This record gives sequence, structure tokens and C-alpha cells, in this order.
Amino acid sequence: MRASVAAILIFALCAAIPVGAEVWGGSYLTGLVMRAMILAIAALSLDLLIGTSGLVSFGHAAFLGIGAYTAGIAITEGVTDLATILAVAVGLSALFALITGAISLRTHGVTFIMITLAFGQMLFFTFQALSDYGGDDGLTLWEQADAYGLFRLEHGLFYLILVTLVGLWLLLGRLREARFGRVLLAAKVNATRMETLGYNVFRYRLVAYVIAGVIAGIAGVLNANEAEFVSPAISAWQRSGDLIIVVILGGMGRRTGPVIGALAFVGLEEVLSSITHDWRLIFGPLLIVIVLFAKGGLASIVEGRRA
Amino acid sequence: MSVILSTHNLTKRFGALLATDDVSLDLRAGECHALIGPNGAGKTTFVNQLSGLLASDSGRIEFLGEDITTQSAAERGQAGLGRTFQITSIIPSMTLFENVALAAQARCGSSFRFFRRAVHDSEVNAIAAEALARIGLTGRDDRPAANLSHGEKRALELAMAIAGRPRALLLDEPMAGIGNDESDQLTDALLMLKRDYPLLLIEHDMDAVFKVADRISVLVYGRIIASGTPEEIRANAEARAAYLGEDA
Repeated sequence: MRASVAAILIFALCAAIPVGAEVWGGSYLTGLVMRAMILAIAALSLDLLIGTSGLVSFGHAAFLGIGAYTAGIAITEGVTDLATILAVAVGLSALFALITGAISLRTHGVTFIMITLAFGQMLFFTFQALSDYGGDDGLTLWEQADAYGLFRLEHGLFYLILVTLVGLWLLLGRLREARFGRVLLAAKVNATRMETLGYNVFRYRLVAYVIAGVIAGIAGVLNANEAEFVSPAISAWQRSGDLIIVVILGGMGRRTGPVIGALAFVGLEEVLSSITHDWRLIFGPLLIVIVLFAKGGLASIVEGRRA
Repeated sequence: MSVILSTHNLTKRFGALLATDDVSLDLRAGECHALIGPNGAGKTTFVNQLSGLLASDSGRIEFLGEDITTQSAAERGQAGLGRTFQITSIIPSMTLFENVALAAQARCGSSFRFFRRAVHDSEVNAIAAEALARIGLTGRDDRPAANLSHGEKRALELAMAIAGRPRALLLDEPMAGIGNDESDQLTDALLMLKRDYPLLLIEHDMDAVFKVADRISVLVYGRIIASGTPEEIRANAEARAAYLGEDA
């Protein structure tokens, strides 16, 4: 109950940002919240792996890269229809997740972390090698995708991102409580028991991996349209690390945790980097304090112990 | 009586140790076949081979007329071969009821359902509630499984095993660590289970074994040294020396 109230408040607050920003006269804040919401979408998808399935993927930014480069390359080549771009991004993300997942999910623990990292880096270097599309320097987009006039509306993109975030938050929340989520949660704790009950755990995890990849791919498409710029850095391992930090900061396995984590991450980055260039020097210890004293992440402070 | 589950010259080696040595054994419809033997005889190894957690080095396993030797644990579970574990194997983070519902869900329609809340799955809930009631655990119990007493956890194991509506059950020391009064209750539960499921029972509690089993096989160093009715086993000198002499 308290968790739902907290989530509704957070989303309502996000929705009010563009309006409020007009009063204060700063579109800067709007952009900041847009970035946080995109990060939240990606973190929600990663938490399906970490929090729900117990799979610590260290290569999740690869899917952000797939989405962003799909949008970047399509728009550069004159294909601007958003639905088409999304369809291609979803297809490619699913394919990449299916292939890399089928291999990585045969491993466990540290090996899984390392192999997902390796796949992520593989993609990072592939993007770097795309010399026709900016290579190392990245690719500036001279226009946004065409979303049937939506992006020409003021704050059209902002509200598209918000609606996507809320929609996915709802869907993933339900997924956790559905049969599928129940199997993942139980297999996280005792996979052997699940096998002997008749569950092919690998298959459930692979489907979760594909779902998570597709959602992160969508986040990548949104990211490209928001930043109007795409570079290999979006799929670098540091980005995958940031996503894990967001999930832990917000609270693993908590429905709204990734959203709270993403808002806090972007907010802290903003505030701390205005104090010092080496903002991570402050951010690091802060993260340790939160992990030590709020075991369920920031969400456990906002929502109460059990959510 | 028809044979439900059988092994043919089943073998498992760990390095130089022959853990399962040419074991041929069968489980027939309607019976409880007990497998007894001293610690380290290879009983759990044998059950793990049957349930697919361990691959066999040679030999064959048949279940319901099908060769399942190379099937995965999940395939065997899906086919209706249920089991319990000597060391309690439950999902401690979930409630008692959720544990049983999860077991019921495994053999009750597809679990690739992403939207409908599992709590409202009436078919699964009904099966789970029935399984709980039959084991003597009451109704809708929302305590986290981690907080249950040892006896309750052992009972939960049994409830999970039958909630999957198995065609045969492998029970690996269901009484392990149980006190005297609770063991009477569990013995009654086993007698009741026997009416519905063929049971392969591994147990150290000889009172329970002789009360429940129709046939007993004695496993020593991975080898079956005697097999027969409880009376025959009681009278068998080799079996007595190997096992009964020290424990019964």
C-alpha cells in the first residue's frame, strides 16, 4: 500500500516537472528528469534479472547501445518512423539476448558476470568500429524520430518517456506476481528444487533475459531521441556498472526500487558534480553507507521494510 | 502389479569409489518399496540418479514404460517423478502456502503466464490446499517457510511432493531429524500417501520402514545385498549383519 502510494507520488511529481520548469524558467530540469526516467526504464529491466532472477548481468548496457544505434543509424539513413525504429530495436535486442543469453545462462555466479561483461564489450567495440556512423566520436542526430507529430508537441518526448516508464513499471510489477515471476523468484533461491519439481529453470531465465533485453533496447531508442546523439559510450561496461549501482541504490527486487534509484543517481550526479569534478569520490562512500544501513536500498526507506 | 519405475544395472562411480554398483530394482503400482542401508551405502546417490540430479555411468532407468536415463531432472519432474530431500529443500523466502502452490503450478498448465496474479490462480490454490490438508498442515498458511519448525519443514517437503500430483514418489529420509511423537504422525502420513502413490522410501527409522514398506531392499557399498518382504528381510542373516543388527 505504502509502496504504491510512494510510486504514484513519484510519477505524479515527474509528470509535473515540465509544467513546474516553465514557472521557474528552466528546461534544464526537464531534460534531467527525462534522462533519469530513461535510466529508470533500463534499471527496471535489469532488476528483472538481478532482483527477480538473481542473475547479475554486467553487460546490460549493450541493449541500450542496440536501441540507441538502431535509432541513430535509421534516422541517419532517413528512416524516421518511430514505430519502425522501435520494432527493429526490439527485434535486434531480442535476438542478441536470445543468443548471448543461451550461452551465458549455462554459467553461474562470477562466470555469468564475466561472460555478460564480455558480450557487452564485444558490442561496445563493434559500435566503435562503425566508422560510417561516427565511430569513436559518436553520431549526432540532426532530427528526432517521427512519432506522428508527438515530438513536435511541447514536451511530447517527455510524456512519451513517462508513459513508457509507468506502463513498464506496471507490467513488470505484475510479471513478478504472475506464475512466471514466481518461478523466477523461487529458482533464485533454490534452483535444484525447482528442477526436480519439473521446471526447466534455464528456459524461464532465458525468457526473462530476452524480456529484460528488449526493455533496455526500448530505453536505448528513447535515449537516442532525447540526447539527439549516440556514441559507443552508451554501451560501455561503466554504463552497465552504473545500471547495477542504480538497482542496488534503489533496492533490488523492489518494484519501485529502480525508479527511485535512477532519480537519486541522476540527482546525486548533478548535485555532486557541481561541487567537484571528482564527484564519484563522494558518491562512492555514500553508496557504501546506503548499502550498509538501508539493506533494501532507498526504496526500503521510502516504502518501509516489506514491500 | 505393473512396474512404475525400474533400474537396470545402474552404476555410478566417483573416481575409484563405486557408489552405485549394478543396481536393478523396481517399484510397482500401489506399493512402498523401502531402501535401507548404513550411512554411506549410496542411497542418496541412487535417488539423485533416479531424479536426474546425477548422470549415471551405465545402466538404464525406466519410468512409466519410458527410458528416462538421459532425461533432465526437469523432464522427469514434468513426467510425474516427484521427490523429497534428506536435507530440507524448500523456498525459505516464500510462504508455506506459496511453496506448495509453486509445486502445484509445475504440473498444472503453463507457467509462462506473465500478467495474471498467481495468488488468484484458483486451480493451483485448490490443489495446494488439498495437498496441505492431506499432510496435516492447515489451510492457507502465510508464514514464511524459513520460520517453520523442523517438523513442519519436513511436512512441507511432503506436501510439495504431492502437490505436483506425481505418478511416483522418491522419499529421501522423510523422518530425518524428527522427534518421536512427530515421527508417529509422519508414519501415518506415509501410510496414507502409499494408498495414492507408489513410494520408494529411504529411511533410517526402522519402526516406520517395517510399518509402511511392502518390500525392502538392503543397500551396502552401493550394492543390493538382499531384497524381499519385511519378514524375509528380518530373517535374512546378511541383512541383519549389515544393518539391522546395529539399529533394530
